[in-house]
Amino acid sequence: MTKITKADVEYVAALAQLSLDEVTKERLVGELSDILSYMDKLNELDTRDIEPMMHVLPMTNVYRDDVVGPSLDRETALMNAPKTDGEYFLVPRILDIE
Amino acid sequence: MQYEAIIGLEVHVELNTQSKVFCRCSTKFDAPPNTNVCPVCLGMPGVLPVLNRAVVESAVAVGLALNCTVSSWSKLDRKNYFYPDLAKNYQISQYDLPLCRHGSLEIEVNGQSKRIGITRAHIEEDTARNVHDIGGGESGVDFNRSGVPLLEIVSEPELRSAQEAYAYLLQLKQILQYLNVSDCNMEEGSLRAEANVSVRPVGSTKFGTKTEVKNIASFSFTQRAIDYEIKRQIQTLEEGGTVRQETRGWDDRSGTTVSQRSKESAHDYRYFPEPDLVPIAMDETWVKRIREALPELPQAKRARFIEQYRLSAYDAGVLTSSKAMADYFESVLKAGAAAKPAANWIMGDLQALLTAAKTEIESCSITPNHLSEMIRLIEDGTISGKIAKHLLVDMFQTGKAPKALVEEKGLVQISDISWLEQVAREVIVANPGPVSDYRAGKEKTFGFLVGQVMKASKGKANPKLVNDILKQQLAK
Amino acid sequence: MARDWSSATGHEIHDALHHGTATASDITQSFLRRIEAVDGKVRAYVDIWKDHALKQAENVDSRLKRGQTIGPLAGVPFAIKDVLCTKHGHTTCCSRILKGYRSPFDATVIERLEQAGVVFLGKVNMDEFAMGSSTENSSVQVTRNPWDLKCVPGGSSGGSAAAVVADECVASLGSDTGGSIRQPAALCGCVGMKPTYGRVSRYGLVAFASSLDQIGPFTKDVEDLALVMNVISGRDERDSTSADIPVPNYSQALRDDISDITVGLPKEYYTDALNPEMRQKIESAVKILEARGAKVIEVSLPHTEYAIAVYYIICTAEASANLARFDGVRYGYRAPKVADVQEMYAKTKTDGYGREVQRRILLGTYVLSSGYYDAYYLKAQKVRALIRKDFEEAFQKCNVIATPTSPTPAFEIGAKTADPLEMYLSDIYTISVNLAGIPGLSVPCGLTQSGLPSGLQLLGKPFDEATLMRVAYAYEKNRGFDIGKPPLT
Repeated sequence: MTKITKADVEYVAALAQLSLDEVTKERLVGELSDILSYMDKLNELDTRDIEPMMHVLPMTNVYRDDVVGPSLDRETALMNAPKTDGEYFLVPRILDIE
Repeated sequence: MQYEAIIGLEVHVELNTQSKVFCRCSTKFDAPPNTNVCPVCLGMPGVLPVLNRAVVESAVAVGLALNCTVSSWSKLDRKNYFYPDLAKNYQISQYDLPLCRHGSLEIEVNGQSKRIGITRAHIEEDTARNVHDIGGGESGVDFNRSGVPLLEIVSEPELRSAQEAYAYLLQLKQILQYLNVSDCNMEEGSLRAEANVSVRPVGSTKFGTKTEVKNIASFSFTQRAIDYEIKRQIQTLEEGGTVRQETRGWDDRSGTTVSQRSKESAHDYRYFPEPDLVPIAMDETWVKRIREALPELPQAKRARFIEQYRLSAYDAGVLTSSKAMADYFESVLKAGAAAKPAANWIMGDLQALLTAAKTEIESCSITPNHLSEMIRLIEDGTISGKIAKHLLVDMFQTGKAPKALVEEKGLVQISDISWLEQVAREVIVANPGPVSDYRAGKEKTFGFLVGQVMKASKGKANPKLVNDILKQQLAK
Repeated sequence: MARDWSSATGHEIHDALHHGTATASDITQSFLRRIEAVDGKVRAYVDIWKDHALKQAENVDSRLKRGQTIGPLAGVPFAIKDVLCTKHGHTTCCSRILKGYRSPFDATVIERLEQAGVVFLGKVNMDEFAMGSSTENSSVQVTRNPWDLKCVPGGSSGGSAAAVVADECVASLGSDTGGSIRQPAALCGCVGMKPTYGRVSRYGLVAFASSLDQIGPFTKDVEDLALVMNVISGRDERDSTSADIPVPNYSQALRDDISDITVGLPKEYYTDALNPEMRQKIESAVKILEARGAKVIEVSLPHTEYAIAVYYIICTAEASANLARFDGVRYGYRAPKVADVQEMYAKTKTDGYGREVQRRILLGTYVLSSGYYDAYYLKAQKVRALIRKDFEEAFQKCNVIATPTSPTPAFEIGAKTADPLEMYLSDIYTISVNLAGIPGLSVPCGLTQSGLPSGLQLLGKPFDEATLMRVAYAYEKNRGFDIGKPPLT
């Protein structure tokens, strides 16, 4: 049984900004279907009245005070940039992808 | 066919905390590019966010001022999408458990007041700033703004005209400024509005297809952009077309909204709870502490001014338009002045001076004590109202006390009766024509005669005494 | 020729430095020689910090010369999993996408160990972004199991475990999201611990799955484990999820007395999936605990069979967001010759990530996507709550739980790479611990017939690492054998 289709793989690949070739897509349809079918195991459990566990620790209200601390100097901030003009991080043309 | 517009506003407000929402970088607006940045707001590998307490407290203060229910249990979520201005390619925001919900804001349009529902107000982080076309078709990214705290305030779709939307924004801005949680500067982007607009035939209960109007850079554009969009949609429908669900940007140059992208390709944001931050638990004592620290809000202040100081609704509105203005007014009263003259001087001459000097009442060189003192000088007859107008300009320019200036410039009003009687007699003798006209019943000429006496006294004569004396002598 | 220190433990080195029988520089040189001798076979290190290590050692020596006291870990050579941010050298997570990346800051654990005078020998290999159970997913190299070079060292912290066992360092740091410390410790034959979630700051740990990740040590014995935990544990204001709970002195907790302990054996762990030889090893280990006065009972963790499904939903979902930031804008790899931003993203990510990382990102994106969130992610969070409850109930009856760390000993390189699901299933005994957030450690419990190590896993109540270490210490003192050293030279 195929759990997901090639279109599903293409959809999530687009969301994740991955570009996959046809062979990879086919492979992933199989692999992800296997894994997702395995996960269907969870449907054996009735969890209607169970609160989802968002956090491991029962902690709340961890804050910092509103105090300004040191920032990086610009040289350090840009140190790893693939492309920069010394002031900005430079990126290729931004099409309207938002 | 008659149409009605359905408008909801989403307002993003940059909170004016000292440091960013999840790191200790400064929020200062005009720093050189990429200098208020650190590993956290650059989204470097290995970093973790720590929530700024002041952001939570400001957000709750706004929520309370907007009559919201403050959630006792709230959390932050990750909103996933890719854009070069988003450091982590997810934005830390709030999804299904916002900090504040179910509020309202009262607006007034054409003397009618109306309550607009607030759906929610939630915390999130601002994005970096893209500088387009930096050369060679590339864009530059400046992360100074990345991680500046934002409060997103979403209204119910209960606004029915551009005018109402404008009133809503102004009222909201006023409240935010009263709370001193934001600079609310639309031009600098510290307050950003997006409008969801749709139209439907009057009487219909179904909503029409909505468009999202973005890129509104000032308060006045808001009204124009929404007005345009309403007209465009109605025209589209009238011509038998259909409104497409899409995002449209306001283009100020052409005065139109322009399609940006259609909602069909809308994002699948894959929200999920932010595992790096623990929940916000608001107990009653904390909320109470924030509530007790709230200043008197504009609406309450307006009502109190009308009631306590017997001001007109209009005057009360002007005087409470900013907290600084209202505080100034009350300080003048505290220094001894009566409400009515204080209101008139502040709203009239003083406001004109401030406007001309492009300054705000917060930095006014005339202290409330000095203004009160000046009003007292008029009331006790030391100076005339006309002199006071000039005196106020001097006070504004020099910052000196009115008494000192009156003495320095010899502006004390002349109330010497025998001297005034002498001048009046001379004026009557010198102007036989107007005098006989007056006696023949032409009352208008009386003013001319008063003016002659004032002129002879170089404007320093006590106007009331001049009136009395002239009337007496002309009656002889 | 100077003495070879490479097989020494941390406490032995401390004694030598304290009594002046060796210098930190000699000791560091000794380890650098050992690395040169064996790392060509083991391939644990991805970056060796020779000069930096010698400078750190000299600092310790000059303190000693000035007559200053030194802490118990001063001058002790460590290796660091390449998932931890270090100002020195590179931090790459063994991924092409972070090749050459230099962190502007040190992880909190690195800062604390540096304060303690530790000598860092370099960065060690791992599965790319800590995703894997064999270290075969590294973009740099495949690390070998020092006991059998044809076999994997386990993963994802395979380099950290192999380096300790091959005497290429005294101790190392790793990270554990679903067993990535305990499983390689078991497969290579050393001590490895995943502390309670919140015990050790995650600041500077490149995130894989934020609600599961924890940093922990690999050591040659439990005594050294306590020394490292003493330094790295405790609240850090840069990590909101680090707990503000006092840290006991773990060294003082190590007593050879477990007469007050009840050991629980979860019946769901001792099934047919467990290799018979491994089962026998665990049973004899439990007998030793019993002989030392511990009570042994059966407990039940009824939702164990769901753990892998829950784990691979939650960890991939979180990873899909955590890894989104590697986009070629601010750091790391950017694909050449791209016309626009969208092409830059797609090419950078597709070229930059290995196959397993891409698979997990896609899976995580899928389980969070519109229409599937409730069926997968939310469901998994609910079952996660049930798994935690299982442990809470079990710990009503016992102080520690004893299980095998891995169902099998180390497998051959390439044996499981073709079937991702089969690889996932090998994490069966370690995964629940991360889902429940509780502490777990693995301590060697003998060699199999084929000469491969096996590990006893001990699980404890939240923040009760001290009891866990005490039981492991008692076992280590009384097990009656030493697994010895792998035949590397």
